[in-house]
Amino acid sequence: MSVLELSRWQFGITTVYHFLFVPITIGLAFLVAGFETAWLRSGDERWLRLTKFYGKLFLINFAMGVVTGIVQEFQFGMNWSAYSRFVGDIFGAPLAVEALLAFFLESTFLGLWIFGWGRLPRRVHAACMWIVAVGTMLSAYFILAANSWMQHPVGYHYNAATHREELTSFVSVLTNPTQLVTFPHTIAGCFLVAGALVAAVALWHLIRRPAGSDVASASAAAAFRSAAKVGLVTVLVAAVFTAITGDVQGKIMTKYQPMKMAAAEALYHTAQPASFSLFTIGSLNGSKEVFAVKLPRLLSFLADGNFGGQVQGIDNIQALYTQTYGPGSYTPIIPVTYWSFRLMIGIGLLAALIAIVALWVLWRSRRAGDPLHINLTGGKRRALLWSVIALPLLPLVANSFGWIFTEMGRQPWLVFGQMKTAAGVSANSAGEVLASVIILTLLYGGLAVIEVGLLLKYAKAGLATEPPPGAPSDEDKPLELVY
Amino acid sequence: MLHLSDIWFIAIAVLWAGYFVLEGFDFGVGILLPVLGRNNAERRAMINTIGPVWDGNEVWLLTAGGATFAAFPAWYAAMFSAFYLPLLLVLVCLIFRGVAFEYRGKRDSDRWRLGWDSAIFVGSLLPALLWGVAFGNVLHGIPLDAAHNYTGNFFSLLNPYSLLGGVTTLSLFTLNGALFLGLKTTDDLRRRANALAWKIGLVAIVAAAGFLAWTGASYRSPGHVGTGVASVVFAAVAAVTLIGGVLASRLGREGYAFAGVAVAIVTATGSLFTALFPDVLRSSVSPAYTLTVGNASSTAKTLALMTVIACIFLPFVLLYQAWTYWVFRKRISVPGSSSAAPQEVPPLPSSPASGAAGPLAPGDGPPRAEPGTPASNTAAR
Repeated sequence: MSVLELSRWQFGITTVYHFLFVPITIGLAFLVAGFETAWLRSGDERWLRLTKFYGKLFLINFAMGVVTGIVQEFQFGMNWSAYSRFVGDIFGAPLAVEALLAFFLESTFLGLWIFGWGRLPRRVHAACMWIVAVGTMLSAYFILAANSWMQHPVGYHYNAATHREELTSFVSVLTNPTQLVTFPHTIAGCFLVAGALVAAVALWHLIRRPAGSDVASASAAAAFRSAAKVGLVTVLVAAVFTAITGDVQGKIMTKYQPMKMAAAEALYHTAQPASFSLFTIGSLNGSKEVFAVKLPRLLSFLADGNFGGQVQGIDNIQALYTQTYGPGSYTPIIPVTYWSFRLMIGIGLLAALIAIVALWVLWRSRRAGDPLHINLTGGKRRALLWSVIALPLLPLVANSFGWIFTEMGRQPWLVFGQMKTAAGVSANSAGEVLASVIILTLLYGGLAVIEVGLLLKYAKAGLATEPPPGAPSDEDKPLELVY
Repeated sequence: MLHLSDIWFIAIAVLWAGYFVLEGFDFGVGILLPVLGRNNAERRAMINTIGPVWDGNEVWLLTAGGATFAAFPAWYAAMFSAFYLPLLLVLVCLIFRGVAFEYRGKRDSDRWRLGWDSAIFVGSLLPALLWGVAFGNVLHGIPLDAAHNYTGNFFSLLNPYSLLGGVTTLSLFTLNGALFLGLKTTDDLRRRANALAWKIGLVAIVAAAGFLAWTGASYRSPGHVGTGVASVVFAAVAAVTLIGGVLASRLGREGYAFAGVAVAIVTATGSLFTALFPDVLRSSVSPAYTLTVGNASSTAKTLALMTVIACIFLPFVLLYQAWTYWVFRKRISVPGSSSAAPQEVPPLPSSPASGAAGPLAPGDGPPRAEPGTPASNTAAR
């Protein structure tokens, strides 16, 4: 493989991997902060136990998000140095600002939160988690602004003498129309994952009531019930927001990156109205008849907001781009964009459906007279249990497909209309990059096993047995501190 | 006349200096983990001295990297692609180490903890060494062609001057880690940390003096008298404060010792950057291919924007990071160690009293600050 292909694989692997942890961090920070605030407001013990419990899962996940994030910042320079030179004037600023405004907040206040139990006043302690949550959100804003700029460059001027992009308006970069729809869509996706995780763990306990766990106790079951409700409602609200923002994003995308929308449908010839295929069997290269299940006029609506709208086809856009940018292929890899777009939507919807069913079961179980547990047997129980286990995984996978779609759909551009991906790569040897791909992939794989193992261990362990309010968690015992 | 690009050269020097001081001591603690930590309780106590702060310290690196990208894209691009394999090593180390701090205590198994302890040790030692080697090479010059692309390989980076740079950062960071442990622990661990600081201190003095003298003699930018003189002055201050710090440690003045070495690390970094100015990454092929503050920087617009943002937000960062050090200013004792007074051990969670106690406010505990403590907070800033 060439340096280009290796570098692309590395970026894909490390970025998709990084974004498994990011949404959990963003969403869970808010939910944990909410739990802690609920405890402060109500004095109800259950919220404290939930804070501790989900806080632990948050920390296990946060560590991975942080360390994989360092790779993200370094690999622009390491693998994409031509790109870094070309866009540094614009692209570097959001990254620097992200570190200064967001990373410092997150890391410092999380340290205070972890070790500050019992040492900080309660309100200050809860505020620390809120600050962490705000930090994660800021971080997302700046890095997405950088990414949106690659999708739809604004606020810049190309300096032909230096062959560099130069910043003309940072405000334009931060208020890029693409950014204004990408940010809410991404954040909604984050809450979808985090809500699903919170709900899934709680539901698992309510359904399974594992031996040795104290979920049998009324107080633990009540706490998990609250967590399940909060989590499921978060999933549903987030799903609605994801759908709405995704829809708006599709229209913005059609406006600025029509090829990406055409590639999402494998639509070769401009159509009016255009149908949306649920799936296609056979070739996607536009040459042969294929079997497909189509929803008439839906693509027109997704692209244009009008069921009778015209949608540009790949062939037409290709011809147009050849005129504008010179000879070459301007078509992404169609099967990848086609399937990732569908899987993103379909898998996300599936998660929302499971959440609706679970919420209904939860509501039914209370009406059935057991205010605490979910009493199901046989096939129903098994089906619900597996659905619950799938619940947090589905939006994670949907998120990944979303990123794969939006990044692969931008190809062959690295910066749309400005620089092709092939031109952005470093002059390093293929051997070096190959070593890096192998090492990072193996390392990430190993860490994933460890991380999931720990998450499962702590998720299964359930709520700690009646902790004294504010007692520090195991690792941070003040036993070791001299006052 | 100071240009914006000069200011950003200084800003990046400050960020690296901050990084070396802060993460320097937490690298040092990691390196000393198997040396000073004789059992799990001691190792846990050592890790807890840096537990609340190491991640914040590491952000100084990310900010330095981001600032270099934004202010000097050509420098960022050339340096990060040239130091490809060393940086990959650093990344792997920082990944292992960061995860280790979080995961080490999450399973109750000796093998599990031993594995993560090794990760912390190696993950601290290699970056501490490699940062010095990298900066040595920045000053020494690396094979950069006309397009500022690196034409050497991994072994081109291993010249004696740069390796001495690596030994210098390694020994300085380890020394600072020992002094930090002296400030933050009690009893036997504290004594051993201080005793070891003396030995490491002697190595650090020799290495740093050699490296800075070599820099001053051979690697100052020709024709830039002002910054060249500044570099020598910085080196002299570094030498004085380093020796002073090591002597203070010998005399049992832990606060002064840590502060002295911290100042030495800052001024030594200052000496390197002033010797480098106005270059940012030297080419060993031809001086014409060297990246400088002038030819590597972003446009004035970007630099001005970054300056405004940094001026507004950096003070806040400094304030709340300093506050963290203040919150966690107390010493950490090893449970069961000789003089951990019984009344200082809080009641066990099962005891009825603690059930109603609630979180302690900062002032709730018996306020028995150790003598060296206030100085540590001043220095750690």
